[in-house]
Amino acid sequence: MTLLKLQNVAASYGASKALFDVNLSLSEGEVLALLGRNGMGKSTTVKTICRMMSATGTLTFDNQDLHRLACHKVARLGIGLVPEGRRCFANLTVTENLIAAARPGPWDLARVITLFSQLGARKAQRANTLSGGEQQMLAIGRALMTNPRLLILDEATEGLAPIIRQEIWAVISKLKADTGMAIIVIDKSLAELKQVCDRAAIIERGKTVWQGAMVDLTPNISERLIGV
Amino acid sequence: MHMIDPILATYNLKKSFGALTATDDVSIALFPGEIHAIIGPNGAGKSTLISQICGGIQPDSGRVELLGHNITQTNVSMRARAGIGRTFQVSALAMEDTVLQNVLLGALGGSGTPWHFFRPALKDWRLRDKAMTALIHVGLQAHAATRASELSHGQRRQLEVAVTLTLEPKVFVMDEPMAGLGAEGSKNLTELLDNLREKAPILLVEHDMDAVFKLADRISVLVYGHIIATGTVDEIRSSKVVREAYLGDGV
Repeated sequence: MTLLKLQNVAASYGASKALFDVNLSLSEGEVLALLGRNGMGKSTTVKTICRMMSATGTLTFDNQDLHRLACHKVARLGIGLVPEGRRCFANLTVTENLIAAARPGPWDLARVITLFSQLGARKAQRANTLSGGEQQMLAIGRALMTNPRLLILDEATEGLAPIIRQEIWAVISKLKADTGMAIIVIDKSLAELKQVCDRAAIIERGKTVWQGAMVDLTPNISERLIGV
Repeated sequence: MHMIDPILATYNLKKSFGALTATDDVSIALFPGEIHAIIGPNGAGKSTLISQICGGIQPDSGRVELLGHNITQTNVSMRARAGIGRTFQVSALAMEDTVLQNVLLGALGGSGTPWHFFRPALKDWRLRDKAMTALIHVGLQAHAATRASELSHGQRRQLEVAVTLTLEPKVFVMDEPMAGLGAEGSKNLTELLDNLREKAPILLVEHDMDAVFKLADRISVLVYGHIIATGTVDEIRSSKVVREAYLGDGV
């Protein structure tokens, strides 16, 4: 069943048009890599899905029109965002960060702490005293606390040590295997994306220029459209 | 064992913040033509080390030497003029100014020329030549009139390098230059840095292991403020202690 659908989506920052024609669809349990060079519209697409900016075109989640909803209602509907740059609540503790986002469902404090055991030892620490890797885990944990049906990870491994990045990728694989949650991943590591994602969509200059199964993303296509 | 003197060296640098020891007895050296990468987990003390080298933070003990001169007591601007060219983890550019104006600001600062009310820097052909040479070196000459805010993230990184070049640095100190770049941007910047080592050696703090393994002649690994290993790419990749502390099994 189609969970998320974007059709002819366009969006602007004031007079600057950022998205011209974005088309995406995502089914329950599917993991999609959203690819493209810097500045092509990936994060803007995420902002339109989460209703952090207005857009035109068709934008539905579980057959509900997202245009009518404020961004907090989109979160309630089941879209969880792990934003670029983590954006944890700096002066709240780990526990407070997680509880602040809690919605009813299978993901609760205990389950998040089980997934990220390092956070268990840091429960009473303020977010701004955590390492970059721990803050990233907290940002993912906070999104899971909303009990999403769609989880969006925007550059979740950026600026992290390799050993921590491997942990984050392992968590994404585990979420895919254990939960049946739909996931959109934006990341520059094509090798890791190929291991975990079912499909990929490439955005160039605000338009979806390629979509398909991850196995069909040949080196020719990726070299031409994303430069690697 | 190196038979030549290092361009930049730290000796037994120590810095604590309260109970936290950020750098503990850190001695590293950067030799001519070399790219020496500093890697380590988030919070290991890499940025604190860079700040001590560039003069933003004074060490509790130990010293920093540039071309054999002790510069530990000098401030940031004195070290920049002495030849330490730094790029930042978060781009530090004048975003509303053009690419050329940004580079001219660097050239002006590096020249030691006092500001002239009646001779705009944009009309100083000596400074303009210097700025354009730097832009050509990083491949941004076609964007001289573009505002920095309109550049892509990768182009801003190139511009930072150009600004640093105008200072005619003896060493480059780069704090996560690949941060925020896409795969293509990382590839392009890796090529740029590879060519840059002819100009001056580079001390490179970076998490992008593709870039580090491609560029580094030597790598030092900083964990909890200690250098736990220094060696070639192969030596570091095969080090059990480095794999456990930083690289993991997938790199």
